[in-house]
Amino acid sequence: MIEGSIWRRWVFFRLPVAVFLIFLLFPFYWMIITTFRPDGELYRPWRAANYTPFWTWNPTTAHLKYLFGETTFMMWMWNTTFIAVVSTAISLVCGVLAGYALSRLNFKLAGLLGTVIFVTYLVPQTLLFIPLSEIINNYRIGDTPWALILTYPTFLIPFCTWLMMGYFKAIPKELEECARIDGASRWQAMLYIIIPVAVPGILSAMIFAFTLSWNEFIYALVFLSSPEQKTVPVGVVSELIRGDVFFWGPLMAGALLGSIPVAIAYSFFVEHYVSGLTGSVKG
Amino acid sequence: MAVTTTADGPEIVAKPRWRPLEREGALALLLLLPTLTLLGLFIAYPFVRGILLSVQNAKVGVPGDYVGFENFARLLTDPIFWAVVKNTFAYTIVTTIFKLALGLWLAILLNRDFKFKAFTRAFILLPFIVPTVLACFAWKWMFDPTFSVLNWMMYKVGLITSPVQWLGDGSLAMVSIIIVNIWRGVPFFAISLMAGLQTISPDLHEAAAIDGAKPLQRFWYITWPLLLPVTMVVVLFSVIQTFADFQIVYVLTGGGPENATHLFATYAYQLGIGTGLLSQGAAVSLAMFPLLFGIVIFQLIYIRRVETR
Repeated sequence: MIEGSIWRRWVFFRLPVAVFLIFLLFPFYWMIITTFRPDGELYRPWRAANYTPFWTWNPTTAHLKYLFGETTFMMWMWNTTFIAVVSTAISLVCGVLAGYALSRLNFKLAGLLGTVIFVTYLVPQTLLFIPLSEIINNYRIGDTPWALILTYPTFLIPFCTWLMMGYFKAIPKELEECARIDGASRWQAMLYIIIPVAVPGILSAMIFAFTLSWNEFIYALVFLSSPEQKTVPVGVVSELIRGDVFFWGPLMAGALLGSIPVAIAYSFFVEHYVSGLTGSVKG
Repeated sequence: MAVTTTADGPEIVAKPRWRPLEREGALALLLLLPTLTLLGLFIAYPFVRGILLSVQNAKVGVPGDYVGFENFARLLTDPIFWAVVKNTFAYTIVTTIFKLALGLWLAILLNRDFKFKAFTRAFILLPFIVPTVLACFAWKWMFDPTFSVLNWMMYKVGLITSPVQWLGDGSLAMVSIIIVNIWRGVPFFAISLMAGLQTISPDLHEAAAIDGAKPLQRFWYITWPLLLPVTMVVVLFSVIQTFADFQIVYVLTGGGPENATHLFATYAYQLGIGTGLLSQGAAVSLAMFPLLFGIVIFQLIYIRRVETR
């Protein structure tokens, strides 16, 4: 829309986009540079003449070595991956089935149940974490991965269901009817005709659910206690801060490595992620 | 399934087989069963437990007795609770205004063709997809009282002469968590609103431009009204998330200094998990409920109105 002279393009387009990009991406740059900066430079007062904040001449892997050698970081990564994968799988199965039922079957309670699931989609984790922690302990699954694998679906399923409903609704009814005329049962028609058509939607739901469970914090913080059970976000918080002492180098290294899996998953499925995001918003 | 052929063929009635899954109601309930079980066990039941907890005086390891509304009555006389209410509303209102304004601006900027469009679009979402807690540590390090790079930049430009205590001063700490929340939320607003913008036909803008409408008028009379449904959903969703936010404050300030940045969730955590006063913590969490409930009802009505239009 902004055409014309070069300075107009700079002032109204390039400059604002550049400022936005710097604002949004600088913390990640800072994470990377801190990871490889030796402690001597890290804790140099900012008024020192030889303070070079934006790069380092002596990159080091000491922080990474500390992270892998002195903490159970690899276990946190494994725990997070395991929990994210299993809870995503559970949520996908539940969400696809529920989405199909709510969008393509006629039954009395469809409207009510659809509303109920939509409402649970809007329940924030922070509303229920205290009674949930009590329940988790009563079920004797506290401090195990199952505490999270079973509770994460509460915020993943509503999202998956909602997203899948949108996809299923867009598939023409005739497709299913043809299969039924050819002798397929309802179940078969769903499994072999409708679900394969909805694969892009399932991918969106999958990638979104995976990042959501990878990033979840408060349940993991409250339900897990022993260091070897923790997920990356909780492990980094509780094991790399001792009282008031922050191990900034390893902390940033952990933050960087803990962000990479979601960043990679996301980069492969950007379009699916974006359509999941916007699809869930439009409903 | 009974098949009846009419016209010239003989009437064939297939033997009715017992296939319960052909009945839509039965199949639907079967398909919904896993979902309803999980949501019942881990949403509905905890909700009821939460209400029960809030009218008891339970502590960690000590089953409570019924105390009525004592916990809520105590909150009303608790100065920290009132600070929490004030903080949460300020935090939610200020961040939402900024996220909407900046997000809309960014969406409009990116809603055109330029060289690195796909690249830019992919990268700006990073703050939203990366684990918030981990990203917040980068911010905490940037806000560090002695080694802050932000202070260094401002010092070099000549804006300040002594270090700014980003997280050490009450109102500045509030500003800091607001900045970080905006940082995380702008990508979500921008991408969602951009999807909304793409549904607006460029013909409308051309027609208006031919009729002599200035860019600002075109925005106000075409873009804004057509974008309103998407904007509403995005804003309401974001308000719920922000109102119930936990991670940013937990990492950056822990609610301090002197409770200046405590939100409902962080205060509930401090009482319920930190100090072990389960019932009081549950009461603080539930104090969020009326507003969340109001937003959800509003959203349901609004969506229904849009859908039936």
